[in-house]
Amino acid sequence: MDQTGHTVKAYDKELTRLSNVIAQMGGLAESQVASAIEAVVKRDAELAARTVEADAKIDELEREVDEFVVRLLALRQPMASDLREIVSALKIAADLERAADHAKSVAKRAIALTQVPPVKPVYTIPRMGKMVQRMITDVLDAYVERDADKALVVWRADEEVDESYNSLFRELLTYMMEDPRNISTCAHLLFVAKNIERMGDLATNIAETIHYVVHGVALPQDRPKGDITSLTVVQPDVDDTAG
Amino acid sequence: MAALEMTTPDAAGNRPPKFSTKNVNVFYGEKQALFDVELDIVENQVTSLIGPSGCGKSTYLRCLNRMNDVVEECRVDGSILLDGHNIYDRSVDVVQLRAEVGMVFQKPNPFPKSIFDNVAYGPRIHGLTSNRAELVELVESSLIRAGLYEEVKDRLDNPGTSLSGGQQQRLCIARAIAVQPEVILMDEPCSALDPIATARIEELIDELRENFTIIIVTHSMQQAARVSQRTAFFHLGKLVEVGDTEMIFTTPQDQRTQDYITGRFG
Repeated sequence: MDQTGHTVKAYDKELTRLSNVIAQMGGLAESQVASAIEAVVKRDAELAARTVEADAKIDELEREVDEFVVRLLALRQPMASDLREIVSALKIAADLERAADHAKSVAKRAIALTQVPPVKPVYTIPRMGKMVQRMITDVLDAYVERDADKALVVWRADEEVDESYNSLFRELLTYMMEDPRNISTCAHLLFVAKNIERMGDLATNIAETIHYVVHGVALPQDRPKGDITSLTVVQPDVDDTAG
Repeated sequence: MAALEMTTPDAAGNRPPKFSTKNVNVFYGEKQALFDVELDIVENQVTSLIGPSGCGKSTYLRCLNRMNDVVEECRVDGSILLDGHNIYDRSVDVVQLRAEVGMVFQKPNPFPKSIFDNVAYGPRIHGLTSNRAELVELVESSLIRAGLYEEVKDRLDNPGTSLSGGQQQRLCIARAIAVQPEVILMDEPCSALDPIATARIEELIDELRENFTIIIVTHSMQQAARVSQRTAFFHLGKLVEVGDTEMIFTTPQDQRTQDYITGRFG
């Protein structure tokens, strides 16, 4: 930020440190998401196991942010942009921790998925994964640069993830109807997709927070939302049941 | 009487400001202390004036009950309307004005008189009561409203100066209230008090705003944030920004306000 420093220099250092811890958490969350999706795509149980394990580090960093924020609020009584900065760090850390949790869930499913036969190649999972990874990377860049416009691009991008999720949902339901032996695999993949979709939502949360840090006003409530799977039903063909 | 029309609510139902000030310029001899200040003070609200030392906030406060009149070489230009009336008009009785616009200072300054007489002083010189019983009632109700009565009711004859700092300040507030003002000006009323006494004054300010319009100069931004509904930031004799306190302390619009309240002033 193009601001002059605080009269109390230690305060500047503390704010910089807070921002750095968030960036570090973000970097870890980013690579967790990438590893988890890779583990699913490549059916790599070992990579998945490492990913599950690595989640602890992010939890630890989140606790560090929590404690640090409480300390800053108590000792510095931040105002205006500092206040927004500090409160936002708390929210972003929580969102990153949740995103990493979803990555961990995906990694766990990846382990289970190695024990069941693969279904037809599901391209949508890696594609969704790429989209969400991109969102997380971009939103972290936006955070580091305090760039609200860049954050807004991420905020809008989530609609596309939701659309992918919708089509994947229908695709997997169709596979399950085709052959009940697919059900186990498809059920796991549905959860994987849901986890990835949730990561996208968290990235948009972070984008909203960045917008608040920079401009001091919240984005409008109604984000373009596209997840309609809660209303989606796929019926077997009438001919099949009649025959 | 065009000015009087300003005291009726406008079409939107907004109440007219208690004080309406425009183009206020203040000079101490050659030196200009305030530049074109334009500020409206909302009735029954606490407005805090903040800014670094020498920014003009106390000068502005003192314009509002013509305390600057007593400073030699001080010249006040511009329009300062109280309920639509120009307080610098020749016909204005300054003593009466200062009864309507009371003041509480940085250091508690009780008169070297008894607690009772400190509060009774104003009503006596303004002839607000017609007999002893009324005076006693007014003194007691003023002490009650200032949150001091319970602590001093058994020793109203003791000198005001025998009280603690925080009690003395509340005594000064009781003294200001006793003449039934409409506005109370406070110039750093808590800077000589400990945190507990400060909290009691802040609680009192919040209660008083139901009946009075309060304008407070403070160096403590936390205090401004705690007690006021509107905050005005002064810098180098200019009013930089005024707005809802919440807005000023979360999303100030001017970089100078931002720098000041976050502690970045060089």
